[in-house]
Amino acid sequence: MSTTTASLPLDWTYAPAPEKADPNISERYDLFINGEFVPSSDAQYRRIIIPSRETFLCEVAEAGKPDIDRAVRAARSAYSKIWSKMPPRERGKYIFRIARLLQERAREMAVAESLNGGKPIRESRDTDIPLSVAHFFYYAGWADKLIYAFPGARARALGVCGQVIPWNFPLLMAAWKIAPALATGNTVVLKPAETTPVTALKLAEIIRDADLPPGVVNIVPGGRSTGQLLVEHPDVDKIAFTGSTAVGKWIMKALAGTRKKYTLELGGKAANIIFEDAAIDQAVEGIINAIFFNQGHVCCAGSRLLVQEGIADTVISKLKKRMETLILGDPLDKNTDVGAINSKEQLDKIERYLQVGQEEGAEMWQPTCPVPEKGFWCRPTLFTNVSQSHRITQEEIFGPVLSIQTFRTAEEAIEKANNTPYGLSGGVWTDKGAKIFKVTRQVKAGVMWANTFNKFDPSSPFGGYKESGMGREGGWHGLMPYVELESL
Amino acid sequence: MVSIVRQYPNSHPSPPVDQVGVEERVARLSQRSIKKESKVVALKLALSMIDLTTLEGSDSPGKVRQLCYKAKHLDDALPDLPHVAAVCVYPTLVRIAKEELKDSGIKVASVATAFPSGQSSRETKMEEVRYAMQEGADEIDMVISRGAFLRGDWAHVYDEIAEAKSLCADQARLKAILETGELGTLDRIRQASDLALAAGADFIKTSTGKVQPAATLTATLVMLQAIRDFHQRTGEKRGMKPAGGIRNAKTAIHYLILLNETLGRDWMTPELFRIGASTLANDILMQLAKETTGVYQSLDYFSQA
Amino acid sequence: MNERVPVLKTYKLFIGGEFPRSESGRSYTLKDNRGRALANICQGSRKDFRNAVVAAREAQSGWAGRSGYNRGQILYRLGELVEGRRDQFVAELKQQGSSIVEARKEVDRTIDRIIYFAGWADKYQQLFSTVNPAASPHFVFSVPEPTGVVALIAPEQSGLLGLVSLLCPIILGGNTVVALVSESKPLSAITFSEVLAAGDVPHGVVNILTGFRSELLEHIAGHMDVNAIVYAGGKPEESKLIQQQASLNVKRVIFPKTDSWPSESAESPYFIMDTQEVKTTWHPIGL
Repeated sequence: MSTTTASLPLDWTYAPAPEKADPNISERYDLFINGEFVPSSDAQYRRIIIPSRETFLCEVAEAGKPDIDRAVRAARSAYSKIWSKMPPRERGKYIFRIARLLQERAREMAVAESLNGGKPIRESRDTDIPLSVAHFFYYAGWADKLIYAFPGARARALGVCGQVIPWNFPLLMAAWKIAPALATGNTVVLKPAETTPVTALKLAEIIRDADLPPGVVNIVPGGRSTGQLLVEHPDVDKIAFTGSTAVGKWIMKALAGTRKKYTLELGGKAANIIFEDAAIDQAVEGIINAIFFNQGHVCCAGSRLLVQEGIADTVISKLKKRMETLILGDPLDKNTDVGAINSKEQLDKIERYLQVGQEEGAEMWQPTCPVPEKGFWCRPTLFTNVSQSHRITQEEIFGPVLSIQTFRTAEEAIEKANNTPYGLSGGVWTDKGAKIFKVTRQVKAGVMWANTFNKFDPSSPFGGYKESGMGREGGWHGLMPYVELESL
Repeated sequence: MVSIVRQYPNSHPSPPVDQVGVEERVARLSQRSIKKESKVVALKLALSMIDLTTLEGSDSPGKVRQLCYKAKHLDDALPDLPHVAAVCVYPTLVRIAKEELKDSGIKVASVATAFPSGQSSRETKMEEVRYAMQEGADEIDMVISRGAFLRGDWAHVYDEIAEAKSLCADQARLKAILETGELGTLDRIRQASDLALAAGADFIKTSTGKVQPAATLTATLVMLQAIRDFHQRTGEKRGMKPAGGIRNAKTAIHYLILLNETLGRDWMTPELFRIGASTLANDILMQLAKETTGVYQSLDYFSQA
Repeated sequence: MNERVPVLKTYKLFIGGEFPRSESGRSYTLKDNRGRALANICQGSRKDFRNAVVAAREAQSGWAGRSGYNRGQILYRLGELVEGRRDQFVAELKQQGSSIVEARKEVDRTIDRIIYFAGWADKYQQLFSTVNPAASPHFVFSVPEPTGVVALIAPEQSGLLGLVSLLCPIILGGNTVVALVSESKPLSAITFSEVLAAGDVPHGVVNILTGFRSELLEHIAGHMDVNAIVYAGGKPEESKLIQQQASLNVKRVIFPKTDSWPSESAESPYFIMDTQEVKTTWHPIGL
């Protein structure tokens, strides 16, 4: 007869479960202009590292002024000679091809995204890549249906769109920009973020394999100066930007007096409001998703928790216990919940805020999870004893840091939620339907999540109020920024 | 009939439960990838948590004897296997099971209270509990009165559980079967869990196995959350048992992941978590064999009870 | 002469994801325009129709429960599969009397049409839903919902393109279909069923019957568990019969308008709305 082997109760830690698929990342990437990969005019390359290991990943060309000029020229030529003349149905089929190819290569894209950006493979595999694929599928279907989208008006493309995207969702942001632009008949010059160009360049390979006519999409990696050149280029008809509010304001000034259209998707400091009558355990899960998804590098992150006083202790205690089960570590481990911070620069910023928060008198708490030696890491953090005027409550930290305040009445919660220059998103947790509709109506934010958080779908418009930007991406509303409406 | 004095306390009404939120949490937990040593220890733990079950109208002494033998000798070819936690039978077969399992460390659990429907008088049901106890049961798996619960007569349900618990006294531990497949919503499952825990059940159990759906990860998560909150309020650790429909090792591991990340280390023991299953054991044995030999297995090589 | 003897195809019905013969055991012989026998076609009975409705009803709630994105993906894949079988479809159209140029054009149009409608699956809701500004503190919204099981009397002359042009908007909206296809040009419909079976379309979502309209129309139009009937047969006396029979259970009766199947007038989201209901829901706004 047999006996038990392990001692009880079992202290169960999960063995490493690394994702093994090959990301197919080249040693070196050039610029993608006019359907081919070409070196930059100054033949310089930027070293891209793996933020979870601080080791070399690949080198990527950086576009300078001659390259931006070339790219815009290619986009303009493709627009006037090919893309604007092509029947919309055929344009749609090209976009379907891109969607399909991305779908086929999903796994390698997910691994590449996690290596380059630092986010857990679970997120890139299950959220970033599928949403990117879906975004292309969704907008492909609009290409030949615009006559139904705008009653009483004809939608004309704008021409050449300059697009600048951030490092937190590199492939997804590229999809959010490219798909609607192409579907509405525009051509694109897109600059991925300085630290995360890899998946955009792999997307360029897919675009080339899909046989998209040369010049319709151009990908020009580079840093701030590259972005500036693109924004200021005189032959660009529209600028689409996702990034910090500070840069967004710079763009508005730079475009003043020009005829260029622009949309901006900027920062946020969302309030996540938990009422006493919420489904508490699911609300706690929602708080976790709101601020620790993608290490908090999310413009719409629920970075301010507003919890009704009667349940505050319970919620905070459950939150801490739940945070203790979060696994921080190698982004390529399938069990990792919290990945690496994207760059040293960003980690320094976050750590400064952790300092500031403590200096301001707030109480900081972190779970005890081990942190790897190499790489950029920040434990999930919460601050209690926080007031509305604390800097950590007002300013966007863009990291896994949650500040917690209590409220007594719905009016108070709404007031606190709105007391910010930002207005991107917010959350409401309550079992009462009427309260959901009341509160979501009164919070001045572009996306309100009730009893959920950080949910995205290509059909659903996303964008901010106030200093979180203007314009919407996704859905029918996401078509508007890329067309000029003329009366019939 | 002595009536149980305690009133069901209503100062801690059950919180509402959001179905979509629960399903998402379960989905996320189900994505955990358990490999190598962490898989082997989990498989062995799962084995040690099984209540090997036979609850058929056609059960006989012979059938139960065979089951008990299998319980003691899961697979003599594989090294270092734990034994199952218990064997679960109808009251009329408890005596035989006790005989077969003497000195084995394996408990004998008996269903009672008009299993599986619970549709009988309170007197009859409590008499059945007494009978099972006399026959030597170490554990009583009772069913709650779903009809009473669903029509709002919670005092009735509470009293039955409390009375059964008092009949178990120091000899046996009581599992209360909620029959989650009949309760309809996760809110109801949470309410029934809170009620059963307050009434003194040592374990709350999902199902009789006679109704579809039997155990599900979502019902289990809600019940584990109830146990967690109960522990927070009272300091007492109660157990949980999903039963029915857990046919393969992969599913069993999902349940362990739920347990590990909801209640934590202290509950990772057959003292506080059981799995009601009949064919699960062989699938776990096949997985263990695969881990040691490196090749996928066939049922041909594993005895069926 | 050592010519290879070709294996001739049996053309059966398509019900519940399977290919049964008619329960009546009957068939009719399809002839080409030189009078030569082309194939034996099942002569479907009203019992076949009854069985098909049972299959369609069973499949409907699951189909409607899928996301628009998912239904769109399934349609998209159907387009891929038809593209892969282009030659087969062209050959069959030729057998049924089209010139090679006409046949190729019809098949190309069919593929593009499927792709066109696939793109509507996750968008028509946005065009046809509203949030209504009621003058009371209520959140009031209206959304389209599939009507349920739809009977389709497919066009007689356009055996492939016409059928597919009507099928797509019905199913992408979450309805399931029982289609009675062209009597004189049924081959493409049955081959299309093979594509449906090979694609990810759940069993029972589309059911295809061959047979005689004169025999079946009354039973189809009078069936109490069919929610709507789309008639593209073009005969006024048949239209009238349908409208009369439809009154038995207040079936929705639709006569789709289009200039011609190849034209773009057959591509419109309004075809989707033909088989949709509108659900309006009210909820208070308050604390």
